[in-house]
Amino acid sequence: MMRTVVVAGHGMVGHRLVEALIGRDLHRQWRIVVLAEETRPAYDRVALSSYVDSWDAETLTLPAVLDDRVELRLGDPCVRIDRRKRTVRTASGRRVHYDALVLATGSAPFVPPVPGYDLPGCYVYRTPEDLDAIRVAAQRAMRTTVAGRRSGVVVGGGLLGLEAAHALRQLGLSPHVVEIAPRLMPMQVDEGGGALLRRFIEGLGVRVYCGRATAAIEPDRGRMLVRLSDGTELDTDVVVFSAGVRPRDQLARDAGLPVGERGGVLVDSSCHTSDADIWAIGECAAVEGRCYGLVAPGYAMAEVVADRLLGGHATFPGADTATKLKLLGVDVASFGDAHATAEGALEVIHNDPVAGRYAKLVVSDDARILLGGVLVGDAESYGTLRAMVGAVLPADPGALISPSGGELDAGALPATAQVCSCHAVTVEAIGAAVRDGATTVPGLKACTKAGTGCGSCVPMLKKLLAAQGVEQSKALCEHFTHSRAELFEIVAATRIRTFSELVTKHGTGRGCDICKPAVASILASLSGVLNPGGHILDGEQATLQDTNDHFLANLQRNGTYSVVPRVPGGEITPEKLIVLGEVARDFGLYTKITGGQRIDLFGARVEQLPAIWRRLVDAGFESGHAYGKALRTVKSCVGTDWCRYGVQDSVGLAIALELRYRGLRAPHKLKSGVSGCARECAEARSKDFGVIATETGWNLYVCGNGGFRPRHADLLVSDLDTQTLVRTIDRFLMFYVRTADRLQRTAPWLEELEGGLDHLRDVIVNDSLGICADLDAAIAAHVVGYSDEWRGVLEDPAKLARFTSFVNAPGVPDPTVEFVEERGQPTPAHRRPGQPVLIAGPTLTVVR
Amino acid sequence: MTAQLQRHWTAVCRYDDLVPERGVAALIDGVAVAVFRTHDGVLHALSNMDPFSGVSVLSRGIVGDREGRPTVASPIYKQVFELATGACLDDPSISVRTFPARVLNGVVEVCSV
Ligand SMILES: Cc1cc2nc3c(=O)[nH]c(=O)nc-3n(C[C@H](O)[C@H](O)[C@H](O)COP(=O)(O)OP(=O)(O)OC[C@H]3O[C@@H](n4cnc5c(N)ncnc54)[C@H](O)[C@@H]3O)c2cc1C
Ligand code: SF4
Ligand code: FES
Repeated sequence: MMRTVVVAGHGMVGHRLVEALIGRDLHRQWRIVVLAEETRPAYDRVALSSYVDSWDAETLTLPAVLDDRVELRLGDPCVRIDRRKRTVRTASGRRVHYDALVLATGSAPFVPPVPGYDLPGCYVYRTPEDLDAIRVAAQRAMRTTVAGRRSGVVVGGGLLGLEAAHALRQLGLSPHVVEIAPRLMPMQVDEGGGALLRRFIEGLGVRVYCGRATAAIEPDRGRMLVRLSDGTELDTDVVVFSAGVRPRDQLARDAGLPVGERGGVLVDSSCHTSDADIWAIGECAAVEGRCYGLVAPGYAMAEVVADRLLGGHATFPGADTATKLKLLGVDVASFGDAHATAEGALEVIHNDPVAGRYAKLVVSDDARILLGGVLVGDAESYGTLRAMVGAVLPADPGALISPSGGELDAGALPATAQVCSCHAVTVEAIGAAVRDGATTVPGLKACTKAGTGCGSCVPMLKKLLAAQGVEQSKALCEHFTHSRAELFEIVAATRIRTFSELVTKHGTGRGCDICKPAVASILASLSGVLNPGGHILDGEQATLQDTNDHFLANLQRNGTYSVVPRVPGGEITPEKLIVLGEVARDFGLYTKITGGQRIDLFGARVEQLPAIWRRLVDAGFESGHAYGKALRTVKSCVGTDWCRYGVQDSVGLAIALELRYRGLRAPHKLKSGVSGCARECAEARSKDFGVIATETGWNLYVCGNGGFRPRHADLLVSDLDTQTLVRTIDRFLMFYVRTADRLQRTAPWLEELEGGLDHLRDVIVNDSLGICADLDAAIAAHVVGYSDEWRGVLEDPAKLARFTSFVNAPGVPDPTVEFVEERGQPTPAHRRPGQPVLIAGPTLTVVR
Repeated sequence: MTAQLQRHWTAVCRYDDLVPERGVAALIDGVAVAVFRTHDGVLHALSNMDPFSGVSVLSRGIVGDREGRPTVASPIYKQVFELATGACLDDPSISVRTFPARVLNGVVEVCSV
């Protein structure tokens, strides 16, 4: 019998619990009912401030857990717990029985009870709705207050207050920050760091008032007047409170469960309340009396409860409260015992106000063990230093933070140092993974989970790999020290059009089977811009191509080729289907339907390819690029045309996308799919880019992968109209084409991309790098410049001449190619039916 | 008197028809031979048979160099062979046969002995 766990609250931590429990509950012991107060599913609250960039709350949404065991009830909060009957009641009056109840209700912003705190125009900063309200108020101020005087006051100068101030500035108000403590971010930084931080913040156009309380807020001719304790008066349009949070523990209090001294549902280190069936996690929990206002400790609690529900014995490991400010251009980090509270702790400080750099390390009384630190202005070494907390320092602490001697050696980290705090991964665990064969960051992510949370430890993972002697050189091969992405930029910028020129000016030697196809692909990707109307077999370019691209067909194990004409969206007329059948019959080709909804004809000899294609082109077919690192297929379901459930025209979109991107050369093959509704019959989420119809538009998923290491695509943006969807895919593809490594598919590319999905979204949705116009232009040039590669060959006698078996005996077929019949079709002769399949001899090595 | 070794040359194609750094296959006394012209104009001929896959395809590989030595990479499993000697640079125990090649009156010829 399945038991029921009720989760009250679908915030970041409640969601993590659902993920962890579903992921590990292999025997289906639990069904989960999530009661959520908010009307939208869990979203990334940590990234809330980025909502101001797009005003699209979907971009914050966390990946949903799609599983029949999970029931999510939005907008129906839990209002009462009946511990005796083990039920909860919801606001809508529903009663739900639980075997286990997990409180994940988070916290609420604390609003100090100053007179006037509840005036219209006063807001808090915790949900998208809060930001929407602030936006409306800011827009009103735009109409009613003269330019230059529009302003907003933020009460509280902590991490959140500074984010809020930044958001106000983006909304066109001049922000003022009032902080009762003598410095900004008093919890994280010390006096010296605070002074420098203040300079940076003021440099962003924010007025700062420290050491002063907010005494009163008064209405003032349609605006407000904020009085500070020292008599200062600030005219303002908006007030935002960000003066800390209070755990939402009312449910527990009403049910008679003990709470912590400063509030919060009191739990032990297993996250158990005093009631054996009730747990609390996240910001609402007081673990052994202490509340945590950060997401990483909350995640750790969720993992503990998931483990315990499945019979494990995990305990809350204590938490890393290290923080890093996310404001553009202001680097602040604090970790460990930042305020030197340990007995005998020493502080080693490097302060350079001119260079704008403050660093403090807190060390043990013998100056050997690192206890904590504060970095302002340059937080480069944050990852390494944070990992070293509790360890013996490899060098004199003063040297570590002086700008010259500052390079920290990752190899000096002790085995027990925690590299990834999100997933509690130590140096030792990374070392073990490397010995087991993980040699890349994506490899480490896959086997240790390090780097898959906030991502801040990824640079550290790279350093550790280097320290373990794993070559992380990006050099393409012995002929180029550049990475593929660097070569791409060189070609784009210099407009060099031939490999010879590129290798002469930027490389050495004559190239090889690694760099030549890579450069061929770059030249082809850019051909719309560099060489409109060009063909991949023109001039020297022909010599760069892999055999597949060279013969525009796929080389098979017996030296023959397979032929795949394009069938856009998988839609084909009976007439065309008959032509394919006739061609296959007339040339004796083995025929198979592919997973990408087209038809693959195998066993064509080189010299047969032109004749086969002449027939196909005459019947209206064109190259399907199955041979290229290029767009393959856009698979589709029948959508609104036929399906009873379809909500959009999935076939129409799939065809349009396939025609738009056909022929686009990329670092690796690209696959796509379009489903006409959420039932997802086209398996779009296993594709490099997949589209799923919604009632009002399309959701775009990116970087999925079938194959060796399957990966579900991530939701990039949702509910787009068709035009915006296409523009977003344009940019996604071109950004990938520009920046990926050679033979790197989109999934590992995304995993290695610093900043991950958020960064990707920033670049292609918010244009954070200012390159979208370039990306758009490159795709536009590709679309205009497209022409069928096979038609190009058939029309050019010089190209046609290459399709011979033997130059001195063009009519003689290769005598070593033989076929036998299997299941009524020809197959290569050297694998006879009934024989074991010998893929390779014992000494065979595959070089790449 | 020493016996004169009888060399028999077979015509392949015009030298100008060879694309630098791309191979062609030719039939020399019933044997498939891959013929290459490198960027400096030098001719190389080796057996077309890739010893790793048993398939007649070396002429369709990518020509390049490794540490300055001209090479061709098998298009099947990508092992690299030195054009001048036929030695496999990825597996010293393997090599493919080479053939003498020359240009006579603008025509490439390969000798099977
Ligand atoms: C602007 C901002 C920036 C931040 N930046 C960072 C940062 O950089 N780093 C960091 O570590 N942390 C940061 N945080 C804090 C982080 O967001 C929280 O620690 C984290 O969201 C806590 O997750 P939670 O699930 O415990 O609570 P929440 O995310 O608050 O979720 C609790 C949910 O429970 C719901 N709920 C409440 N009562 C009930 C009920 N009775 N029944 C049903 N549902 C209920 C609430 O509506 C809410 O949706 C930031 C927070 C904000 C607001
Ligand atoms: S995905 Fe939806 S529209 Fe498409 S076939 Fe399946 S059920 Fe029908
Ligand atoms: S520290 Fe957050 S992912 Fe590693």
